[in-house]
Amino acid sequence: MAAPPTAVENRLRTTEQIQSPVIAFEDVSIAFEANSVLEDISFHLNRGETKAIFGIAGSGKSTILKLAMGLVKPDSGRIDVLGNDITQMREEDLFELRRQIGMVFQESALFDSLTVRENVAFRLMEEHQISEEEIERRVRESLRFVELERTVDMFPSELSGGMRRRVAIARAIVTRPEILLYDSPTGGLDPVTSTTIIELIVKQRDVYKTSSLLVSHRLQDAFVMASHYFDRDKGRMLPLPPGARGDVPMTFLILRQGKIIFDGDIHELAHSKDEYIREYIS
Amino acid sequence: MELTSPTDFAKDIVQSVQDYSLLAGRSLANLFRHPRYFADMMQQADLIGVGSLPIVVLTGTFTGAVLALNSAHTLERFGSLSLIGQLVSVGMVTELGPVLTGLMVAGRNSSGMASELGSMVVTEQIDAMRALGTDPTKKLITPRVISTIFMLFFLTIISDFVGLIGGGIVSSLMFGMDWHQYWSSAWQTLKFQDVFTGLLKPVLFGFIIATVGCYYGISARGGTQGVGRATTQAVVASSVLIIAVDFFATRLILSIFGYR
Repeated sequence: MAAPPTAVENRLRTTEQIQSPVIAFEDVSIAFEANSVLEDISFHLNRGETKAIFGIAGSGKSTILKLAMGLVKPDSGRIDVLGNDITQMREEDLFELRRQIGMVFQESALFDSLTVRENVAFRLMEEHQISEEEIERRVRESLRFVELERTVDMFPSELSGGMRRRVAIARAIVTRPEILLYDSPTGGLDPVTSTTIIELIVKQRDVYKTSSLLVSHRLQDAFVMASHYFDRDKGRMLPLPPGARGDVPMTFLILRQGKIIFDGDIHELAHSKDEYIREYIS
Repeated sequence: MELTSPTDFAKDIVQSVQDYSLLAGRSLANLFRHPRYFADMMQQADLIGVGSLPIVVLTGTFTGAVLALNSAHTLERFGSLSLIGQLVSVGMVTELGPVLTGLMVAGRNSSGMASELGSMVVTEQIDAMRALGTDPTKKLITPRVISTIFMLFFLTIISDFVGLIGGGIVSSLMFGMDWHQYWSSAWQTLKFQDVFTGLLKPVLFGFIIATVGCYYGISARGGTQGVGRATTQAVVASSVLIIAVDFFATRLILSIFGYR
């Protein structure tokens, strides 16, 4: 992985750095059978930015991640990922592109017949060109990042829900992807474990500068992410200095009935006059 | 319960046939595309082939034995007990060996594939595999299809062989027939077309068992209940298809080679 910066200032993104979009949705619509899930939605995820997606259950949050990954095709519209229009790509070509994207699924989706080591190493082993020593080194490095190196020989069924999410994060980051997609990474977890997961996401954002889309039900998680940074020297997440709130590359997107009703940073969210949004964040 | 309109029902069937055909075609076409998963093929061959060996040996032996037992009484009435070897041999090699081995392996492995892949679908493991840049048809389906075809071919040969032994044991122990006479008549009666029929069928049946099992597994929806439904449907569909394809394959071979 790229050498992480040391000073707090270096972790906070400049406007220029985050201007090139890595994901762009243009007028995307999708329906499952007769139910319209997303209607003409458009948004950009800039390089290095983390965008948290909110909405009530069934509002199409997870569908956005699956669309961005090319796992489902939209009925209309255009989706650009790392400069490729994935709506026009064949499944065969998408496999190549997906290697540059990591995804953490809602229920972890670890391969239950493989050990933690094999799960994390899956993508590296599929490349068939990396030596076993290198695979082992990178697997351990990823597991160390999520503080689960000791579970390397265990099976997913032997891990707790929070540990499984952390292994899923380790699996997603092992190839150093340019984009990370998190689908409700803290869903169903206790507050302490949730904070651990959020800290890992903040660490990935601030230390490795990975662009990411985060689907969540918990607004407080995103507020923590917007008001904290990862201090590499101290090895933990810390609140931003006074007056620096919102200076991390973090934006919010709120969905309602298949449409985007808010897309902006924490300042815009705090000052929104929309009644639904005010009720949502209160 | 909501009733489905006949149009929707017909559309669903056409859609299923299309999806199955695409999956079946891709499972073979993947053999000519990289990467090829030889280790997974070997693992599946072990699971399917070696794992099915005991039931195939038992089924084959008793089928040959019961075939000899049933036909011996009829043949004895006409004083033609010496033909028993021929009857068991042709019956086992052309029909009972391939069909019963196919049905046994379908019951054991088609259901296993459907439940394994179905569970992976409902727990998002298939989506995770796609997200990790791996084609599930290459990694999961092609190794199962190739291994099933390959192993069913040899399992059928074993089934035919132990069936002949079972028939021989009954003929010699219960009807006092000379073992060498039984064996030479059984062996010599077989013609090229019998052996060809007996070896072509397991290839077709193996393809059916694996593709049907994988198709139902990969299209499973609706949690554990959906996986259970997919498992049952896989066994039923593959068993019916084996028997139907057996008829058409036999008819085709007869039209090429003619009756014995």
